[in-house]
Amino acid sequence: MNFAVIINITYIIAAILFALGLKMMSSPVSARKGNMLSAVGMLIAISATLATKGLTYQWILTGVIVGSVAGILAAYLVAMTSMPGMVGLLNGSGGLASLLVGWAVYHFHPHSDTFTTITIFLSILIGGVTFTGSVVAWAKLEEVIISGKPVLFKGQQIVNFVILLAIFSCGIIYAMDPAANYPVFIATVVLSLILGVLSVIPIGGADMPVVICLLNSYSGMAACTTGFVIQNNILIVAGSLVGASGIILTQIMCKAMNRSLANVLFSGFGSVIQKEGKGIQGEIKPITAEDAYLILEAANSVVFVPGYGMAVAQAQHVVRELGELLEKNGTEVKYAIHPVAGRMPGHMNVLLAEANVPYDQLVEMDNINPTMDTVDVAVIIGANDVVNPAARHDKSSPIYGMPIIDADKAKTVFVLKRSMNPGFAGIQNELFYYENTRMLFGDAKQSIQGLVAEFKSS
Amino acid sequence: MDPNTLIFLLFVFVLSVFLGVELISKVPSILHTPLMSGSNAISGITIVGAIVSAGTPENDFSTLLGTIAVAFAMINVIGGYLVTDRMLAMFKKKEPGGRK
Repeated sequence: MNFAVIINITYIIAAILFALGLKMMSSPVSARKGNMLSAVGMLIAISATLATKGLTYQWILTGVIVGSVAGILAAYLVAMTSMPGMVGLLNGSGGLASLLVGWAVYHFHPHSDTFTTITIFLSILIGGVTFTGSVVAWAKLEEVIISGKPVLFKGQQIVNFVILLAIFSCGIIYAMDPAANYPVFIATVVLSLILGVLSVIPIGGADMPVVICLLNSYSGMAACTTGFVIQNNILIVAGSLVGASGIILTQIMCKAMNRSLANVLFSGFGSVIQKEGKGIQGEIKPITAEDAYLILEAANSVVFVPGYGMAVAQAQHVVRELGELLEKNGTEVKYAIHPVAGRMPGHMNVLLAEANVPYDQLVEMDNINPTMDTVDVAVIIGANDVVNPAARHDKSSPIYGMPIIDADKAKTVFVLKRSMNPGFAGIQNELFYYENTRMLFGDAKQSIQGLVAEFKSS
Repeated sequence: MDPNTLIFLLFVFVLSVFLGVELISKVPSILHTPLMSGSNAISGITIVGAIVSAGTPENDFSTLLGTIAVAFAMINVIGGYLVTDRMLAMFKKKEPGGRK
């Protein structure tokens, strides 16, 4: 048996481990083992590749060491609240790697056949868009250099379309005669990088869950096209697993916002300042920490509804503390998680898990809603649009039709909020004016700390 | 490229997409973040291509591109798996009898 066959057999083993690893992700009990299996698969694939004949190792080692150190540092230093940005950057580095591999293959064999040339073109395009798109997504999430708001200019979509057209024109010219068209190839690289920036800047912060999922999918597709470039099965298998995963998550996110992918990508949602909500009746009723404590103390069941505001205020630990105090007091405590709460899918789950909230207390929207009218108190922490009842009945509302957590059906609703500024989508929330709603103004963390103090002093 | 090779690669591609869809549909929303970072680490598989480019002697610029690609793919792989493990380690079931 020759060496290449042995390498390919190890690739099969790696593919099996990737698939098993993903399968074990279907339960929190087995997920950690699944992730380790997948990592073992990766180790096997890398080791097998290193055994390829005729390689010199000094540069490989340099890259491996630099990358490993950076990866380890990043993984251990990142705060849980910055996880969305971190996932974005990791997507980006995968995309860049695929772009560079495509480039290196082209540089080494400029005279490839047409099919290989086309796949190189695709891995440059997808890899480039993934890289700069992810960097912009990260900058928006962390609010460095640019703000999280959509950046819009006149004729934006026309500009994007022209760039895309230019990229494909370059692709055609380049594919006709790859060896003679190095400058055209470079133009493709540059244009792809520009397209990545332009396609993410019009998207607002709260739509980032969709973008992160989509970029995740792109990074898989980039690896997959690179697999076609170097005719390697393991890249195709692993890349398409990731590509499929990203697409499914994208769909789930879009469905949870009742919007199409096109609407998320092109509408600049959240940039339009909404007019004062029509027909909102009633008045704002503030409440003090002492009164809120008395109501909570008497409650049989409490549901926390966290949103991005909880992440910003880093309030997850005090929320858990309050939850435990309530439980000791005999109250049933649950956490209702909206699929798009936060800045990436599952963001709230990770934060609450970090704060040691057992995952069986985290309830998905579809499971909590039918029980919502039996709940005594719903505590809304930094969430807004995902609990806006206008989504159910107000056809003129931009979020009409979006599935929401029916927090308004609880007997009493506490809303923890800094001020009366509307949420991300710029929409007034009529829930704040409801008869059963009480506003607890102030920083979410301090407000909860206040409640915890009330519990402890009594 | 030989048409047979192409068909074979496409075959693998199509089946993998179906497998991916089947596997991912079963992941509960509570695990979506670790799923993303974990699958993200898998997309670092592009390192296989990068290693070959970085290790092929005789072409300086290709080697340079390959080396940078290895570094970035490695960040993707190592960072992705470690951060996923860090997150998954936090997911705990409620201990019977309550916590102290």
